[in-house]
Amino acid sequence: MSHPSHPGRGPERREGPGIAVAFGVSALASLGLTVLYGFGGQPQIEGILLFIALGGLGAGLILWGKQLMPNAPFVEERKLNLGRPEARAEVVASLEEAGPDAGRRSFLAKMLGGALGALGVAALFPIRSLGTAPGRALFRTPWAGGGRVVTIDGEPVPAGDFEVGQVLTIVPEGNLEAGDSQVILIRLEPGEYEPPPGREDWSPEGFVAFSKVCTHAGCPVGLYQAGSQELFCPCHQSVFAVLQAAAPTAGPATRPLPQLPLRIDEDGFVAAQGDFVEPVGPGFWNRPSA
Amino acid sequence: MLKKVARWIDNRLGTSAFTQDALNKVFPDHWSFMVGEIALYAFVVLIVTGIFLSFFFDASTSQSVYDGSYAPLVGVEVSDAYKSTLEISLDVRAGLVMRQTHHWAALVFVAAIVVHLCRIFFTGAFRSPRELNWIIGITLLILAIFNGFTGYSLPDDLLSGTGLRIAYSIALSVPLLGTWMGFLIFGGEFPADQIISRLLVTHIMIVPALIIGLLTAHLALLWRQKHTQFPEPGRTEHNVVGSKLWPTYAAKSLGLFFGVFAILVLMGGLFQINPIWLYGPFEPQQVSSPAQPDWYLGWVDGALRLFPAVELRAFGFEIPNPFYPGVLLPGVTFLALYAWPFLEQAFTHDREPHNLLDRPRDRPMRTALGATTLAFYTVMFIASSSDLIAKWFTVSVLDLVRVFQVLVILIPPAVGWATYRLMKALAGSGAPRLTEMPLSALTHPNGRGNGAFPHQERGRDAHAGGATAGDDGDGRSAARTGGDGALPAQRIDDRE
Repeated sequence: MSHPSHPGRGPERREGPGIAVAFGVSALASLGLTVLYGFGGQPQIEGILLFIALGGLGAGLILWGKQLMPNAPFVEERKLNLGRPEARAEVVASLEEAGPDAGRRSFLAKMLGGALGALGVAALFPIRSLGTAPGRALFRTPWAGGGRVVTIDGEPVPAGDFEVGQVLTIVPEGNLEAGDSQVILIRLEPGEYEPPPGREDWSPEGFVAFSKVCTHAGCPVGLYQAGSQELFCPCHQSVFAVLQAAAPTAGPATRPLPQLPLRIDEDGFVAAQGDFVEPVGPGFWNRPSA
Repeated sequence: MLKKVARWIDNRLGTSAFTQDALNKVFPDHWSFMVGEIALYAFVVLIVTGIFLSFFFDASTSQSVYDGSYAPLVGVEVSDAYKSTLEISLDVRAGLVMRQTHHWAALVFVAAIVVHLCRIFFTGAFRSPRELNWIIGITLLILAIFNGFTGYSLPDDLLSGTGLRIAYSIALSVPLLGTWMGFLIFGGEFPADQIISRLLVTHIMIVPALIIGLLTAHLALLWRQKHTQFPEPGRTEHNVVGSKLWPTYAAKSLGLFFGVFAILVLMGGLFQINPIWLYGPFEPQQVSSPAQPDWYLGWVDGALRLFPAVELRAFGFEIPNPFYPGVLLPGVTFLALYAWPFLEQAFTHDREPHNLLDRPRDRPMRTALGATTLAFYTVMFIASSSDLIAKWFTVSVLDLVRVFQVLVILIPPAVGWATYRLMKALAGSGAPRLTEMPLSALTHPNGRGNGAFPHQERGRDAHAGGATAGDDGDGRSAARTGGDGALPAQRIDDRE
């Protein structure tokens, strides 16, 4: 960095042997890279050799600039003419020469504006083609058909083998990949869970199931703390108390995780009674209140 | 040879006079002026490495069973996007260095833009006549952050898939249009199949084209208006003091380019980043913990964590919780940034053009406001790692979040107040730089520097001249150039 108060770093100051060394080292590293590449490559050594090859070039050029090139501070005048009223008036006058008379011009300008506006409206239709209409998609999930619950590998869940305190991520049979249907299945001590009014028959034999899609920003509520019986979202630290019907007790979530009504089917497997009674996941403009 | 080329070109384009002017163009030297160049060169590295990656990446979500060279994932069903990213990382020769260099370069790109923005802000370089370039610069910052996020999301791994899910939820939270926005951007209800290929087009075509266009305009405006400089003896509102473009500035700047490139490939070779083979492919039922976005979105993630559990609901409609930290906060942030040059003009009534920079101490209010703002976003950024911090210090993450909720309100004003006092003391002491200020200046902030640092006093005078002296009305005669630091810069009048 030159500095006006330290003048006189002329080319005569010193010759730079370091510059040649830097370029030489760079060339060697580049040769080394080609050899390394031929032998199949190795990420760490590639990084180091590339660093030396490029860094040598950089160091050589900077030394060259500092040691051998004119570094005395040069002064350039700012010649830019800002804001010249006469020239500006001419430009404005030229621009205004677009049409012969003012009244007709303003009518034509309005027509032009109208045509452009109509084209803009027409151009909205391709945007509409980008995706399906939301419709009722956010209000229903693949659980609507009822049916058995299965693990993410598609295995049904026999109620008898599932121990109290056990936790499992379940999805509806026949639809393993949907983004809105993952549910966390927990078995509690019978009677430990006091269901809210209207949900008395949703938790047979101590099985409870809550949507695993966080009601805050949609992350899977993936962590279960068995001791406190709380579900924890790893993204933004919302906490849901299982025994209080998954009501949020900490973090930014404002709503409980929706509960999936369960039943035990005739073969003794855990199954759903039907869909959630409210939309799962994060809120949206026309989400009905619970 | 050179003569022949010059003649051939000049006979066809007649550009010799322009070229001569260009070669002699003077660029002021100051270390802080390099930061914008670092951003530019990181962008060049992004293009070079990105082109390489684009030859191998397959932006498809069709699923197949992995049978490649990474044994732990053999037999797992993965998308083509994830599989091709694995192949780039593990099978393509030099692919891992390219991919990691690309990622590091993206982080450095946004970081350099932010530091450059701070330099412009704290030295008042955004003032007239450079408001336009400030606006272009803010737009470039937004585009850089956006393109960082789209690139981060491409590999279809578990971590970035969770990030996309949050982005979708934030889109849903927009009043009235949210569900349509989410469905149109993603192609349907999350996780829709089109999103990865759309992200690719956005990431490698739309946004880079915008960035290149705006970057060109940014540099063209810089070229046209010439660079600002710090007040020093011999530097005025009417000249530029520094190195000529050819050869010194060109050599140093090209050297800086290779230096930036060298550091980035070293990071790409040695420091692992985004090891997607450890995260696994995206599955809607799974989530990785801990989960952090890339650093430049940490402030939004932190805001999502700290914003209290409230939302508006009325007349059967709701504005959900993520809207406030996820849409409103970034909106207000960038709107305020865009508006800043004009807000400051409204407060100070200083609409004069300035080519000499402020030192931060010259404008203690502005400096304190900037420090307050930086502190606010820094606390939110740190809060985005609340789960990690809780793990390291074995404290409850919920307690930690409550602490951060208090700190995000208390720390910014405290930092602002301390900065204001410090700037006042620094200006009063007359010390040329912070490290040379006697500590006693902090307790007697109004004691002038009794001539101990005359050098600094000259700089202040040059600045004061630029801000206060008048001109003769038509703005033309003030354009005369001279060595007198007290002359005003040429006035421009926007108000007719």
